[in-house]
Amino acid sequence: MDYSQFLVMKQEIGLLVVFLLVFLYDTFMSKRANAAISGFTVLLVGLLTVYGFCCGCPGATESAFAGMYVTSPVIACIKNILNVGVLIVLIQSISWNNSETQAIRRGEFLELILVTLFGMYLMISARHFLLFIIGLECASLPLAALVAFEKNKYESHEAAIKYMLTAVFSSAIFMMGLSYVYMLTGSLYFGEIASVVATESVSVLLIVALAFVVAGVGFKLSLVPFHLWTADVYQGAPTSVTSYLSVISKGSAAFAFLVILTQVFGAVYCQVWEWMLYALIILTITVGNLFALRQTNMKRFLAFSSISQAGYIMLGIIGNNDMGMASLMYYILVYIFSNLAAFGVIQAIENATGKLDMTDYRGLYKSNPHLSFVMMLAMFSLAGIPPFAGFFSKFFIFTGALSGTTSVALYVLVLIALINTIVSLFYYLLVVKAMFLSKEEPVVPAFKSACSERVAMWVTVAGIVFLGIVSCFYNDILLLCQQYGLAGALV
Amino acid sequence: MFSNPLIYFVVIPVIMLLGIYLCRNMAQIRAVAVTGSLALLALSVWLLVDYLGLRAAGADAPMLYRGDWTWFSALNIQLSVGVDGISIAMLLLSSIILLTGSFASWKINPLPKEFFLWLILLSIGVFGFFISIDLFTMFMFYEVALIPMYLLIGIWGTGRKEYSAMKLTLMLMGGSAFLMLSIIGIYYNGVPEGVERTFNLLQIAQYDAIPHDWQCFLFPMAFVGFGVLGAMFPFHTWSPDGHACAPTAVSMLHAGVLMKLGGYGCFRVAIYLMPYAANELAWIFLILTGISVVYGAFSACVQTDLKYINAYSSVSHCGLVLFAILMLNTTAMTGAIMQMLSHGLMTALFFALIGMIYGRTHTRDIREMGGLMKIMPFLAVCYMIAGFASLGLPGLSGFVAEMTIFVGSFENTNTLNRVFTIIACCSIVITAVYILRVVGKLLLGPVYDKHHEELTDATWWERTSTVTLILCVAAIGCFPNFFANLIRTTFSPEIFKVLGM
Repeated sequence: MDYSQFLVMKQEIGLLVVFLLVFLYDTFMSKRANAAISGFTVLLVGLLTVYGFCCGCPGATESAFAGMYVTSPVIACIKNILNVGVLIVLIQSISWNNSETQAIRRGEFLELILVTLFGMYLMISARHFLLFIIGLECASLPLAALVAFEKNKYESHEAAIKYMLTAVFSSAIFMMGLSYVYMLTGSLYFGEIASVVATESVSVLLIVALAFVVAGVGFKLSLVPFHLWTADVYQGAPTSVTSYLSVISKGSAAFAFLVILTQVFGAVYCQVWEWMLYALIILTITVGNLFALRQTNMKRFLAFSSISQAGYIMLGIIGNNDMGMASLMYYILVYIFSNLAAFGVIQAIENATGKLDMTDYRGLYKSNPHLSFVMMLAMFSLAGIPPFAGFFSKFFIFTGALSGTTSVALYVLVLIALINTIVSLFYYLLVVKAMFLSKEEPVVPAFKSACSERVAMWVTVAGIVFLGIVSCFYNDILLLCQQYGLAGALV
Repeated sequence: MFSNPLIYFVVIPVIMLLGIYLCRNMAQIRAVAVTGSLALLALSVWLLVDYLGLRAAGADAPMLYRGDWTWFSALNIQLSVGVDGISIAMLLLSSIILLTGSFASWKINPLPKEFFLWLILLSIGVFGFFISIDLFTMFMFYEVALIPMYLLIGIWGTGRKEYSAMKLTLMLMGGSAFLMLSIIGIYYNGVPEGVERTFNLLQIAQYDAIPHDWQCFLFPMAFVGFGVLGAMFPFHTWSPDGHACAPTAVSMLHAGVLMKLGGYGCFRVAIYLMPYAANELAWIFLILTGISVVYGAFSACVQTDLKYINAYSSVSHCGLVLFAILMLNTTAMTGAIMQMLSHGLMTALFFALIGMIYGRTHTRDIREMGGLMKIMPFLAVCYMIAGFASLGLPGLSGFVAEMTIFVGSFENTNTLNRVFTIIACCSIVITAVYILRVVGKLLLGPVYDKHHEELTDATWWERTSTVTLILCVAAIGCFPNFFANLIRTTFSPEIFKVLGM
């Protein structure tokens, strides 16, 4: 075996080094030095992010292990986006992770996060279903441990059990589908399946297999009707883990979903999965929005909002073209910043006062104007109000979905999605209303949030403001996708 | 980029935002707001003079002061600016109302700093919308103008402000959802095979390549999208509640300028880009806008809250704008633009005066007031002038605009247009009913509440605000030809070709 093949996995190696360093630090450093482990990890992940942008990026599409593993500039780009997100999540978690209750498992939190990130890398780069499943499991199971992290809280355990069972169940369904695929095509390589599928006529059994695969990944993405675990898990998990689940986990699964659908089943079956996705998108966006309307717990509220956002992300896949892909990546990028800004505020308030209810946000502007300002920007960005980044990502994802089509059905889909943005605007404005319009005395007293939390807020606000207005982000992603995207052999 | 004068319509408000952010007390905030809006007014007056000079010198491009700067190169989204007579008229209107609005909110309380920040953010949207000719940037500015309304009404409003703010925001955003779809549709179908896609209005109009079926699909969406903001029946319900609950300056800007975005957009996007569909489908919207005109006027008759009366009268007058645009001929369209100017000024005047009266009497119910002419003669006379402008007294702006509209509308010979023109004409009479009713009860009758007798007349900043607006209303009424010519430079032969007239 040619061991130099490992060198293709530049980013994975980088991440592994970071993981090992954190692990060694956690194991061998004194108890006093251990207090600094969060900062140490943030530093390393920061370096990893920089490394990913500078030298982790391959010049062209490269593959290793007989095509099981593939990397390309587009894939490196989505991994970099995830890195940025993880970095922000880690910065936000510092003050929680340094708290008393966390003292003995500070390192574990960070290590588990890094392991799941490694799994997501593999999911994105895998071009063989075995490697994909290894990545999937690697990204799911440690998350169950993370969800259960607040071991003194009942909800945390409940959430962990729910997450665990759902993850296992969805993996089982996914693998069931794969076994059909293997039976019909005789291979687990993406490329080989695709070429066999392309030459043969539509078979009913393969449609069933496709449905199983869609359902399996749908659980991970919490698409309706596979979303029932989401709200409880989001509510029960520690807020840092919730924010990680809602952006990073979702973002990586969305990209992997795009690869599977467009590359493996792209040729003949796109007619089939596009209709499946069509129904899923309408359901996801609408149901997510309708349930979000009635939530009062901020974490549950954002759980349903993230369900409907996942529906919007799926619009990037349904177009089955490079622009859709670029819009999906850009949407994930913007979504990371917007959602993390919201979670940053929630976490700061939770750490300071332990309050999590929307009613507790009443009059927040009077006591904490800066926090409410950040929250407002996050809500506006999530709702897609210009000039914030969310507007641009929404506009581009709609443009991408309609690119190269004259099908009225897709226009109708986009119209439904657009009308749903109005519903979503309503509940995002409810938060703004509680913070700014309420005449009552503030529930949350004025407090000074931790330095790390403020840094994270500044970063996310900068992202919300500049990611859209500064055009180079979207332009570059689109250029990359046109060069190395769907036609440029992601397989 | 900064050599183009139009850019400063966005740059100046941005500087104002920064300035107000740094302000420490009310005096500084006022200074920044007034200086900034004066600068904007000066800029638009200069632009008007310079534009007329250029046209007189023979410049015959459809838009002058053109500038294009690439933004999202991959999609060919550009920051394109350019103005013609209509846009200049609208810019002038906006800057006048922003200035008078700043004077009208001289004593805004609480959170004056935040109030002006949002107000100026709103004006960025308005100005940006009128100078843009790229659909994407236009739409972006349009939405920028909508969202500050939520906070402006929600925080500083009166009455059922939270309900109204939410209703207004959601309905207008609902309109913009349709609009976004139609813009993307225009983008994908607006150019012939093999040409790079564009969001540029002028290019799309020049190619005139949107297939007939697509026009019939996209035109209603665009028209409804903008029509919601133009308070078209049955999408007008946000308007009375929103206007009634908004603080004075916001009512002025909203009724005076923001509602004009609707009419302007219907003309500039829906009809200009999709003339064939406009020709075929105009009858549907003619019926709807015809209903707005009459229904708005009748509703105003039965209201007792001054702001509701004026809000319904806005529905009626703005309905007339859309109605005239749908007539698809030069005279009516000129009238429509005149009506936008005229209604913008007089409704701003109305709302300013109502705000001033309310600030003194603490009621807006006409049943609880009377004989204000004896108590505050200045404000009462101003209110009367505004009322006369609204019911179309010759010499003031309303007469000119409505006259032009009805003459233009009657040029259309088919039965439906004739019938609806006649119905719409009736609104003039109904307008007289509700205006004279208010004038009689509120201003001329006996003093209703003895406590009102101690109230004072207008202060200097209130006088500045109202006199400026009255002068403008009178200017349009006395020199209509000047404005008609300015607008008519827009309907150059090229545009007629596109419109198929």
